[in-house]
Amino acid sequence: MGRTLAEKVWDAHVVRRGKDGEPDLLYIDLHLVHEVTSPQAFDGLRLAGREVRRPDLTIATEDHNTPTLNIDQPIADPVSRIQIETLRRNCAEFGVRLHSLGDVEQGIVHVVGPQLGLTQPGLTVVCGDSHTSTHGAFGALAFGIGTSEVEHVLATQTLPLKPFKTMAITIDGELPEGSSAKDIILAVIAKIGTGGGQGYVLEYRGEAIRALSMEARMTICNMSIEAGARAGMVAPDETTFEYLKGRPHAPAGDEWDAALESWRTLASDPDAVFDTEVVLDAAELEPFVTWGTNPGQGARLSAAVPDPAGYPDPDDRQSAERALAYMDLKAGTPLREIAVDTVFIGSCTNGRIEDLRAAAAVVAGRQKATGVRVLVVPGSARVRLQAESEGLDRVFTEFGAEWRQAGCSMCLGMNPDQLAPGERSASTSNRNFEGRQGKGGRTHLVSPLVAAATAVRGTLSSPSDL
Amino acid sequence: MEKFSTHTGVGVPLRRSNVDTDQIIPAVYLKRVTRTGFEDGLFAAWRNDPGFVLNRPPYERGSVLVAGPDFGTGSSREHAVWALNDYGFRVVLSSRFADIFRGNAGKQGLLAAVVDQADVERLWSVLESRPGTEVTVDLGARTVSCEDLTVALEVDEYTRWRLLEGLDDIGLTMQHVEQVGDFEAHRPDWLPTTLPAR
Repeated sequence: MGRTLAEKVWDAHVVRRGKDGEPDLLYIDLHLVHEVTSPQAFDGLRLAGREVRRPDLTIATEDHNTPTLNIDQPIADPVSRIQIETLRRNCAEFGVRLHSLGDVEQGIVHVVGPQLGLTQPGLTVVCGDSHTSTHGAFGALAFGIGTSEVEHVLATQTLPLKPFKTMAITIDGELPEGSSAKDIILAVIAKIGTGGGQGYVLEYRGEAIRALSMEARMTICNMSIEAGARAGMVAPDETTFEYLKGRPHAPAGDEWDAALESWRTLASDPDAVFDTEVVLDAAELEPFVTWGTNPGQGARLSAAVPDPAGYPDPDDRQSAERALAYMDLKAGTPLREIAVDTVFIGSCTNGRIEDLRAAAAVVAGRQKATGVRVLVVPGSARVRLQAESEGLDRVFTEFGAEWRQAGCSMCLGMNPDQLAPGERSASTSNRNFEGRQGKGGRTHLVSPLVAAATAVRGTLSSPSDL
Repeated sequence: MEKFSTHTGVGVPLRRSNVDTDQIIPAVYLKRVTRTGFEDGLFAAWRNDPGFVLNRPPYERGSVLVAGPDFGTGSSREHAVWALNDYGFRVVLSSRFADIFRGNAGKQGLLAAVVDQADVERLWSVLESRPGTEVTVDLGARTVSCEDLTVALEVDEYTRWRLLEGLDDIGLTMQHVEQVGDFEAHRPDWLPTTLPAR
């Protein structure tokens, strides 16, 4: 019987098959590290007298806590500063490559890996961060892990894992103008629910996926975790190879040819059987926004805030009621009438150059709505430089936006970029959980196009409203 | 890791679904570099509400959390498990757990066991009508008991064995370190390395 892409990558990494219900022991090709989920793992190594088995398969960046202003000065928050300093000490002690704040390769770990060409098809990639699913866009099996597992990978370069189930998400049709990858994934999550992907690896396929750039595929794979799936994948193709060629850590010369030969085998076989299949028509998509407090609580921008009474399931009803109370929204309000205080453009979901270009094209020559704060945070220092070389920084600042340094920033508000209690944002990030962007903050997840149009009008909008 | 066989403690009904790890412990508490002392961050935002279940005695001394479906979604932060442990919880029961949370719990000796939603409702009804009722979780027998109610719990066999024996994963993997070396010897040369930096 044929195998799925995920099964092929899995099989190629089994160090030891588990017997009698034991998990398989899987080899890890690339381990990404950041300051928040690693200090206790390094401590564990020290306590046990262990080393990092493969520092040459490990790379660290500073991203979650880093300020996006005044990065040449010491970090003002002493607790954040200690966490960053701890990462620096740990990397120096254990021989791990680190890109610190101010380094040209610094940025969000999930932007940096692909940008350096370290993320490649067929690899197993892990990181103590749930958005590691991003790297699946290259046909890698990539998933987030907890700190105990970070320690396990540092010590052994392996992880004991139970096989995942597989789910094919086929998206055919052509994406309409004004819609983007973010709308695809928000629609997928709304369809299968925040728990729909639990236990699965999702494989996105179909002509709409094939037509997407690598950046757009990363946006989709990134939010697989928001559907409960630890990993999402796209089979590599010419778009993938084109993106990788010439990147600092991509193979070159004869090695490129060898790699390419291997990468071309990375597709689900025609007779492969998925445990579950979901189908979506891209042509029917429109800009999608969330109205609630989990990423599954989303709707078309043209719709209204739903009435919880309309949910047949009592649990869904209660969850919607609670969400509307937290979000301070009334059932029946058209989503386009919801006014925001802040627009955040950035994160590992939508902080890449293509996202910034899309947003800049919408705001160019316009002025932001009065009273709205607009924060543009590139996903990495390289993305920032690229954007500046294209003049996007001036487009944003002339629009009235703040042009910041790279990092996770307001996606989770571990640095000073936060919503104040009661403030409402349109955000290109990945989670609209209660308090995610700051205590009492209210988040609407949107695409870069919707974020930009919202910044112009002050209410949730798409470029077609301008 | 400490062995887990049975546990008896006050049950806490948490009548919410989709309890994401940002609710279990907000990001602001993640800046610490220690592995202990996270109890103050547990459900920090919700604990500001005097009506929240952990603010209502005798639930505040609970050790068995009975939650709605999709517990532990979102961020991979193991701090969520540390916070539950540090507060005094030994068991979380739900009809559905997020994968990463369940994995993290198993590594830290916190039992995350699946119970049918209908049974969760039965447990809630007992725990809400008689606050302070104790719940006994027997991992060996795979049961949850509370007054005259006994329901089944599910946990995968491997995690159950590790919890019952109190085994540490890294130690188990270290027994196969030679096979890891054999595997490494056969990896293709063109695979990327982070060092030297290019």
